[in-house]
Amino acid sequence: MKRREFIKVSSLLGAGAAASPALLLGGCAAKPLPGTGTVSTTPTICDMCFWKCAGNVYKEDGEIWKITGNPDDLHSGGRLCTRGTGGPGAYLDRDRLKRPLMRVTIDGKQTFRETSWDVALDFIADKMKSIAATAGPERMLMLNHGAGSSHFRHLLRAYGSDSHAEPAFAQCRGPRDVGFRLTFGASASSPERTDMANARCIVLIGSHIGENLHNGQVQTLAEALNNDVTLITVDPRFSVPAGKSKYWLPIKPGTDMALLLAWMNVLITEDMYDKDYVERYTVGFDQLARHVRDYTPEWVYLETGIKPDVIRQTAREMAQAAPATVVHPGRHAVWYGDDTQRSRAIAMLNALLGSWNRKGGFYVPEKVSLPNYPLPDYPKPKARTADAYPGKWPFAGQGVTNGVIEASVGDDAYFKGWLVYGTNLPQTVPGIAQQLEAAANSLELVAVVETMPSEMTGYADVILPECTFLERYDDLRNSGERHPSLALRMPAFEPKYDSKPGWWIAKQLGKRLGLEAYFPWNDYAEKLDWQLKQVGSSLEEMQKIGVKNFPRKTPLYFRDGERVRFRTPSRKIELYSKQLADKGFEPMPVYTPPDPVPEGFYRLNYGRMPAHTFGKTVNNPLLFQLSPENQVWVNPLVANEWSLKNGDYVRLGGTNGVVSNKVRVRVTERIGPDSVFMAHGFGHKSKRLRLAAGVGADDTELMGNVKVDPIMGGTGLRASFVTFVRERA
Amino acid sequence: MTRFAMVIDTKTCIGCGDCVVACKTENRVPDGLNRDWIVEATQGKYPQLTTEFRSERCNHCSNATCVTLCPTGASHHWAGTNIVLVDPDMCTGCKACIAACPYDARLVMHPDGYIDKCTFCHHRVGEGLDPACVSSCPTRCMHFGSLDEPSSEVSRLLKTREYKVLSPETGNEPNVYYLI
Amino acid sequence: MKEELFVTARSNALIDPSLHIWTWEVAMYLFLGGLTAGIMVFAATIALLKKDEEAPFAATKLALLAPVVLSLGMTTLFLDLEHKLYVFRFYTSFQVLSPMSWGAWILIVIYPVSILQILSTLRSGYPQASPYVDRFAIGRQVLDWCEANRRQIAMTAIPFGIALGIYTGILLSAFSARPFWNSGVLGPLFLVSGLSTAAALVALVARKHSEKVLFTRFDLGLIAAEVALVALFIINLASGTEQQLTALDSIMGGPYALVFWVLFVGVGLLIPLVLELLEIRGLARRVAIVAPVLVLLGGYVLRQVLIDIGQESNWTKYDTQYNAELLQRLRD
Ligand SMILES: Nc1nc2c(c(=O)[nH]1)N[C@H]1C(S)=C(S)[C@@H](COP(=O)(O)OP(=O)(O)OC[C@H]3O[C@@H](n4cnc5c(=O)[nH]c(N)nc54)[C@H](O)[C@@H]3O)O[C@H]1N2
Ligand SMILES: Nc1nc2c(c(=O)[nH]1)N[C@H]1C(S)=C(S)[C@@H](COP(=O)(O)OP(=O)(O)OC[C@H]3O[C@@H](n4cnc5c(=O)[nH]c(N)nc54)[C@H](O)[C@@H]3O)O[C@H]1N2
Ligand code: SF4
Ligand code: SF4
Ligand code: SF4
Ligand code: SF4
Ligand code: SF4
Ligand SMILES: [Mo]
Repeated sequence: MKRREFIKVSSLLGAGAAASPALLLGGCAAKPLPGTGTVSTTPTICDMCFWKCAGNVYKEDGEIWKITGNPDDLHSGGRLCTRGTGGPGAYLDRDRLKRPLMRVTIDGKQTFRETSWDVALDFIADKMKSIAATAGPERMLMLNHGAGSSHFRHLLRAYGSDSHAEPAFAQCRGPRDVGFRLTFGASASSPERTDMANARCIVLIGSHIGENLHNGQVQTLAEALNNDVTLITVDPRFSVPAGKSKYWLPIKPGTDMALLLAWMNVLITEDMYDKDYVERYTVGFDQLARHVRDYTPEWVYLETGIKPDVIRQTAREMAQAAPATVVHPGRHAVWYGDDTQRSRAIAMLNALLGSWNRKGGFYVPEKVSLPNYPLPDYPKPKARTADAYPGKWPFAGQGVTNGVIEASVGDDAYFKGWLVYGTNLPQTVPGIAQQLEAAANSLELVAVVETMPSEMTGYADVILPECTFLERYDDLRNSGERHPSLALRMPAFEPKYDSKPGWWIAKQLGKRLGLEAYFPWNDYAEKLDWQLKQVGSSLEEMQKIGVKNFPRKTPLYFRDGERVRFRTPSRKIELYSKQLADKGFEPMPVYTPPDPVPEGFYRLNYGRMPAHTFGKTVNNPLLFQLSPENQVWVNPLVANEWSLKNGDYVRLGGTNGVVSNKVRVRVTERIGPDSVFMAHGFGHKSKRLRLAAGVGADDTELMGNVKVDPIMGGTGLRASFVTFVRERA
Repeated sequence: MTRFAMVIDTKTCIGCGDCVVACKTENRVPDGLNRDWIVEATQGKYPQLTTEFRSERCNHCSNATCVTLCPTGASHHWAGTNIVLVDPDMCTGCKACIAACPYDARLVMHPDGYIDKCTFCHHRVGEGLDPACVSSCPTRCMHFGSLDEPSSEVSRLLKTREYKVLSPETGNEPNVYYLI
Repeated sequence: MKEELFVTARSNALIDPSLHIWTWEVAMYLFLGGLTAGIMVFAATIALLKKDEEAPFAATKLALLAPVVLSLGMTTLFLDLEHKLYVFRFYTSFQVLSPMSWGAWILIVIYPVSILQILSTLRSGYPQASPYVDRFAIGRQVLDWCEANRRQIAMTAIPFGIALGIYTGILLSAFSARPFWNSGVLGPLFLVSGLSTAAALVALVARKHSEKVLFTRFDLGLIAAEVALVALFIINLASGTEQQLTALDSIMGGPYALVFWVLFVGVGLLIPLVLELLEIRGLARRVAIVAPVLVLLGGYVLRQVLIDIGQESNWTKYDTQYNAELLQRLRD
């Protein structure tokens, strides 16, 4: 078997000197006013994050000008966020992948060489055929994230593999969605089905909406603030929403479960829960009442640092506003490894308040029933993804990234080949650096479809350059919302360089694998047009309007006293979870204190910064110049202790022995003295990212205490510690 | 003089910087230069804290010292309004206006050398549209309009809400208001 | 703790992290402009006082330096312009409220006045050059006229010289946005400094002893006046706004204290003051060239320091979260 060494991405740097970036405008004094040239617009769906706002791409005299929100769109409310507005930068980025690259060995040294699409695609198809023949198609794994994934999922399912995992589950929403499903039989959805605009009380537990720029959430939260909502934010850091809150609860990190249980205790002991709702819709209330009895505000105060009267007062605020109270489910829920249980506690609190599917609480999302294009059935896969890690994480409804990566290491590993689409695993999944290297060594195929020379591409045999979202069709957006709607992404430009749209790449691979029947379209537009015509629209119409809204067929909320069958085994909201008990887990959420902070260390807190989406926008020239690096936030007391000054550069050390890239210190009261905070996504190692390379620190590599959730496999990322490493002069 | 004003609600501004990117794309502001920017002001001691975010730009001062001190007339009030513009064809790049602005709101267009600044997007205002930054703001905390019309959103907000302007002591009579 | 910082990286060229639009070019221009003013005023004064005998250099040769020095100054000013091709725009309008516009137009008038000044003593001052003019009838007539009207020309040159000298100070003091400049004392201070540097120049290059002594005396008086004006300037700032007080800090123990007190006040004012005192008492003859050189240096340092501090003094000051050097990557 061939051994692969990790190619230092810097070895590619020599190739192709920099052309001057298109944004550096020159020219004569009197520039014409914007918009005085020939202007045209094309609808798009923003791909700068996964919220999928619909917008319009403006061109002036054939050049990209700007992208704005589509006013008919519920995801965007007609306005894009910072990153969406920075979308032109993705198209203009001079460091984009330009041509297919193949790993070759020259003089005993491995490097990437440009190749033709034919050679690259033949190579991948041959490997896939051989994997199917020798091990079975299900041993070919897809690791993916993002809108273009569907083309490749389709390809792999046609090929016979349903094996796939995405970081949006085990590194993100997994515990929340599992926790909510276990409780309500339905997830909190994306976009989150919170009815914040109508809420009178909103509780944010961690969710730092405002720094987390998921557009619809930001807009409805702002609307709520304008309506004088009672905002309660639980966050050890003085986050942006904390600064807008009536109550900021600066909780001791990792103790949220105790607070949630105390809130339920207060609601029950003070008789403030929604009795009718609880009686009508839930099972297990008595067990719950018994379970939370000991979690008194006085006891919980000792754990959380939140004063008993504040716990009581905030519980009363929630109850007063109920059911127009949203205890926000959060999104990035992988914190301390007990996250499914914490999410369940959030769900249960909402149930006590009677806010689930009630106005001002949560709504019932509705989609368009959009027929699939008529294609042959997929072959029945011989295995499910979970067969790669038998017995583990019984409630993981999806592939678990960390699980499948582990199952890819070694010559006798379960998986033999990877197709990676739109996910930068080295920065995304903590604690896998060695595994990734080992897996790349033993796998027969690592194919990476990317737009940028991300760290992940360094592990590939073949790198396929996809064009950006502004240069391609993808599937119609059909996500559950307040009312059903469809949105179109279409090319505003021809693909730059020799990059290609995902649908084209998938089709070409399909052809080589003898799967033509699954790809009958010459242009993806044909497929979209067919689908649209089934629901009374057409591609032509959508190219004009971008977004089409449809009337709802079902009510937005439960009607008063409505009989509801929840999709749980008991058909009720399960306050007591027999499902969990049956598999040997706690049927009721139990508080366990977080690991104590080792001497000389600080909790590693991390999160979003508005200008960037993880690591994928740091090299975007528009967004880079807004926020070129991340800072490590340090409380003045800590700064004093380590003689750190504002603006200094330091390195951080993890308990795993990893020392970070240097990162600028921000001395600020917005973080407490037990933690440090930094935005996730920086510290890129790929030298081909010429703006982003080497700026800031990468939180992922510092995580030395990852707590895996036994229920669904989520990687708890909040339990790690760092210290400061003094620079040698 | 027709007085256009921007009214920005610090209660809902989240400091996201969308207004900055929107300005850069709309007006093709060259790399590394900014016509607007976000300031965060935090006061107090953990955990007793307040934070205010402000989206800042040229204040289109009624008494614009940059206009007064420009030796060529390149800096001027646009068409009988308080909107302060620079005519690149009249500008020598002497930078007097930069020194004259107490808000450091002006910039040198590199590599060209003439002076640039926020225009209140007069090319949009002329068409009845909000400035690019205002119409991009996801929290809708920015408002734009004429103070001469008592019924305008900006007039209404200034009548009903508490507000401040930046460094009123400059005497420049700035026209960007912050609701507090 | 109070934090006030940019959360979007702002690194506008020449503005951030603090204003640095003007460097040596403008300081040099202000210095040379002041010197020109002094030259014109002294050439005219000597003419009016009829001290040709006592001060032959100032009486007949000095005036020639005015357009030369001024042209040097205008060259450095031109070098400072960012939009050089549009320099002519100074002369396509007149902005009543802009001292810089006044200055531009004053410069235009200064040239003819100073040429007339030169011509009025060309034959005595530059006998090698005058024949080239005398060769033509019209040249002869002009020289005759200028000589005959030397007094009137001198009387015109003085107000224009003073205007030029004061304007270089008013130019800065008009910037209410820069608290450190915003003091009415700057006009007189720059005028006096300009006169002082011109006097020092004459003391330096004049050959005749009586002339050196005369101009050293002038200079002494002027330096003394300048010291008083500096004191006034500081008192003025100290009783000013909060921003002016902050600005003042930069010379009261702040980063500019050393240049201001040692280089400008010490080396540029007090040491020459003492040296010149000694000189007119007939002492320290051997180091006679030191004092005027220091005065000239001090004149330049005054402008440079004022330019530097003034730009840093401001109404709005925010910390920056980001390392602006990273933005350079956009251009690499
Ligand atoms: N600009 C921008 N926006 C984004 C993204 C992006 O990349 N950039 N990514 C999007 C995605 S995919 C996701 S999943 C979401 C994630 O966004 P959220 O779900 O809002 O983020 P979280 O990671 O849950 O919360 C981060 C907050 O939790 C706080 N925190 C840390 N430890 C604790 C603790 O122990 N208890 C409590 N109560 N709080 C704690 C941190 O201080 C921080 O303020 O953001 C989305 N929005
Ligand atoms: N330490 C740490 N780890 C985390 C998180 C954290 O906060 N801290 N957050 C977690 C969360 S909430 C999430 S959702 C995940 C996100 O994890 P990922 O989805 O892996 O996010 P990115 O790192 O942004 O990687 C996306 C990759 O897709 C590429 N890409 C962008 N556009 C396209 C396209 O159009 N086509 C193709 N083919 N590729 C494209 C980008 O260049 C980039 O390399 O990370 C998780 N991991
Ligand atoms: S939230 Fe922002 S980045 Fe995400 S899709 Fe919407 S506009 Fe784009
Ligand atoms: S876009 Fe709006 S919310 Fe965001 S920083 Fe600007 S003003 Fe504030
Ligand atoms: S803010 Fe500055 S640039 Fe804008 S009008 Fe006022 S003085 Fe002029
Ligand atoms: S730089 Fe241009 S706009 Fe500014 S003062 Fe000079 S001429 Fe006027
Ligand atoms: S008004 Fe226009 S020019 Fe001014 S900051 Fe906003 S977008 Fe930029
Ligand atoms: Mo996520």
